[in-house]
Amino acid sequence: MSDKKDITLTVNGRDHNVAVDPRWTLADVIRDHCGQTGTHLGCEHGICGACTVLVDDTPVRSCLMFGVQADGKKIRTVEGLANGDEYHPLQKAFMENHALQCGYCTPGFLMLATGILEAQPDISDDDLNEVLSSNLCRCTGYANIIKAVRAARDEMKAAS
Amino acid sequence: MATATNRMLGHLGDSVERLEDPPLVTGKGRFVGDINFPDQLHMRIVRSDHAHGKIKSVDTSAAEAVPGVVAVWTTTDIDDVPPIDFREGSDPTLALFRQYALARELVRYVGDPVAAVFAEDPYTAEDAAELVTINIEPLPVLINADDDPQDFKGKATTEAAVVEQGYGDIDETFASAYKVVEVDVKVSRHTGVPMECRGAIGRYDEARDVLEMYGAAKVPHRNRDTLCRMLNRPASGMHLFEGHTGGGFGIRGELYPEDVLVCVAAMRLRRPVKWIEDRQEHLMAANHSRQQRHIIRAAVAEDGEVVGLDDELYLDQGGYIRTHGTRVANMTTGTLPGPYRFPVYRSICHFRLTNKTPAATYRSPGRCESTFVRERLMDAVAVAMDMDPIAVRRRNLISLEEMPYGRALDVLGDSVEHDPGDYAGLLDQGLAQIGWDDLQKQLAERRANGEMVGAGISMFFEKSGLGPSDGAKIFIDNSGFIEVVTGGASIGQGFETAMAQIAAEDLGTDYRRIRVVHGQTNRIDYGVGAHASRATVLTGTAVSLTAQAVRAKALDMAAELLQTTADTLTITDGVVHSKDNPTGPSLTLGEIAEALMPTSKLLGGREPYLKGEEWFHIDHQTYPYGHHIAVVKVDPDTGGVEIEKYFIAYDIGRSINPMMIEGQLVGGLAQGVGGALFEEFTYSEAGDPQAVTFADYLMPTLKETPDPEILLTEDFPSIRTPLGIKGAGEAGITGAAGAIASAIDNAIGIPGAVTETPVSPQRLKKILSEHGK
Ligand code: FES
Ligand code: FES
Repeated sequence: MSDKKDITLTVNGRDHNVAVDPRWTLADVIRDHCGQTGTHLGCEHGICGACTVLVDDTPVRSCLMFGVQADGKKIRTVEGLANGDEYHPLQKAFMENHALQCGYCTPGFLMLATGILEAQPDISDDDLNEVLSSNLCRCTGYANIIKAVRAARDEMKAAS
Repeated sequence: MATATNRMLGHLGDSVERLEDPPLVTGKGRFVGDINFPDQLHMRIVRSDHAHGKIKSVDTSAAEAVPGVVAVWTTTDIDDVPPIDFREGSDPTLALFRQYALARELVRYVGDPVAAVFAEDPYTAEDAAELVTINIEPLPVLINADDDPQDFKGKATTEAAVVEQGYGDIDETFASAYKVVEVDVKVSRHTGVPMECRGAIGRYDEARDVLEMYGAAKVPHRNRDTLCRMLNRPASGMHLFEGHTGGGFGIRGELYPEDVLVCVAAMRLRRPVKWIEDRQEHLMAANHSRQQRHIIRAAVAEDGEVVGLDDELYLDQGGYIRTHGTRVANMTTGTLPGPYRFPVYRSICHFRLTNKTPAATYRSPGRCESTFVRERLMDAVAVAMDMDPIAVRRRNLISLEEMPYGRALDVLGDSVEHDPGDYAGLLDQGLAQIGWDDLQKQLAERRANGEMVGAGISMFFEKSGLGPSDGAKIFIDNSGFIEVVTGGASIGQGFETAMAQIAAEDLGTDYRRIRVVHGQTNRIDYGVGAHASRATVLTGTAVSLTAQAVRAKALDMAAELLQTTADTLTITDGVVHSKDNPTGPSLTLGEIAEALMPTSKLLGGREPYLKGEEWFHIDHQTYPYGHHIAVVKVDPDTGGVEIEKYFIAYDIGRSINPMMIEGQLVGGLAQGVGGALFEEFTYSEAGDPQAVTFADYLMPTLKETPDPEILLTEDFPSIRTPLGIKGAGEAGITGAAGAIASAIDNAIGIPGAVTETPVSPQRLKKILSEHGK
């Protein structure tokens, strides 16, 4: 289409120059045009949080943002969480605490938790529950997700 | 094993981390939306916005004119494709009620597929779909299954079937009963709602004449068979592939109109065709479930024994009968007596079509509904007899001495025969662990202080491991790498890990050295998939038997090479060595596989390769059991229910991986809480669905979901399976609505108040105001 706009997204440290249709969501651009399919779509209307990514270090529902709005911004997705072969403490904690079953909601929870733990390393259990209750999981019943995020918080704090 | 130098991980009963997790936490999963093929088309479905009507015309011309649109189909374009058939084979009595891939003559629910648009990209397909105009002549809309049935195509009525089960003389029993207690109970329409919507990709390889479908789940082999029947293809030319699956819960992976369409389109348009559902479609097009109304009576003797149970129910099947046929009706009527004796029993299910989304199975189908109904009735019996609710249940439980306990009931073609189990014993353990008597005192005190708090219980038995059989193959290559090939399916339940643990037990290796294949119809001829908590029980046992056979073959070959006898050898961490002398002469499984190659001089008269294939046949399903206890607090101002405490007791027989079993129970409970308190598909009088987004269809978040205390026992391994395992997929959900309803009654001090789920704030406030509270 003629009304495409050229944008640059930095996804997990790599620049992607994409000609985007103004109506393409950030989620679609990341998935279909930057090849990063780890970001999932569960509702496309801003409720489930499966599509959560970090835009300039802040958790954002990528189904609610247009690709053009992210021009020039720094995007982090689940693919960028591990450091080479070394898992991020949250990834480790999710596996150790059985905080995932089908794994479809997991990238959204991981990115939401990453954003919040980076911004508030000392966040209380109650506040953490508050934040995590904004995403949906249909498999785990959440108990192990809470355990995992708390464990990662404690580990990240101890390491810093 | 203690002598092993390296600690091997992942044997039976170990709570090891899952093999599934690494790709899923790093974004490397391959869900159907992540799969693409060069030159693929995108399909968008145009759905009926009428609940019932005659299709007068469908105008596709404007859509066809959109650049990038390749084709627009209505039912006339595929008039050679038969309606979607039943999973377990054709059934002439129900054939009339099946759904075509695209609606023919009539539309029967809002969401019924009428046309399909195929375009170069999904946005174009969606835009063009908006331009398709459907001219419908409205017909009367039937919303309630307990209203009078209507005509169906001039050939039948919407009462598609009446399913009746029972034993004993009902009339006589009720005529002579000390007391008759009746309740009228409804379970709302709700369903599985996995976080990943459905999706399917059809691809036709013309060079080999092979039709492929990606995005399969749950029952790939069964769906292959149905597709072969419908499209007249040989099984060798039709393959289904399961990738990562974002939740199943019974609803995902059945054969739906969209699956058939992508397959047919891939052949006729000669390009791969991809379809990804959006959430709004999902909530009106994927199977709904659960909706039933029961009018049920108990004939009670003076001591509280329920001597007869008489049930009449209306099952709201929605617009068509899909792949399951009448299975939910069968399971409901077959399992309603639950863990109780009930010497005389009858249940009559009116299996009726309405003008709503078609319904089928959702996690614990039939048991969830019947458990809620039965446990509501048991509470009512307690009230009527002025007995303690626990005492009434105890009076009626089947005792250990009576096990195995058979009943003249059918569940999916299997006559019900309860596995040995101590229902009363587990109840004692559960009540002791939760401190039931103290709890009652505390709650009574709090109620005296004006709080609306209460506790409730729900007992159940589950079924798992539906037969008749399953097979598995194991292949060990000359590097010692092990592949286990199954016809199971992985829908998030940890199937790969469980199978690897089972195989590791006999192969004497670390479970991480095992690759588990599932859901690929080109790798194994037969498979039961993942439903009815079958995977671990049936497929797991087949894997175990196969691993034993491969172990025997490895030891036999090794014995010859090490010049000893097989019974002196064992396997530790992939190395065969003498039981008595672990550091003596040894061979790796890879070396043994090398010796068994077809060209090997050492082969002797043996079948080539270190591999095996075995089958497991089961006579009866296994029947695990347990109970749920809920403690709730009601806010009379908002009508909100807070679950303060939750407890699940369950006898699993034998655990493969307790961490995963607890995960299943906790996750199932979250869905049970959703069904009990929040989730409901409501419809307007005109048949418009009112819950088509997550803003209207409310699923529990972390805040509404309790973290239950779990008592997992292994007191009664199943006598039906050599490993003693019973299923775990459904026990977290089965008892939830009954326990929560009972606790709410108790909290608000109105016995029998809850007769309908979900107990939404509106419903609860209505109950409270009707009782002047
Ligand atoms: S997909 Fe973005 S919030 Fe659900
Ligand atoms: S793990 Fe399946 S939705 Fe969360």
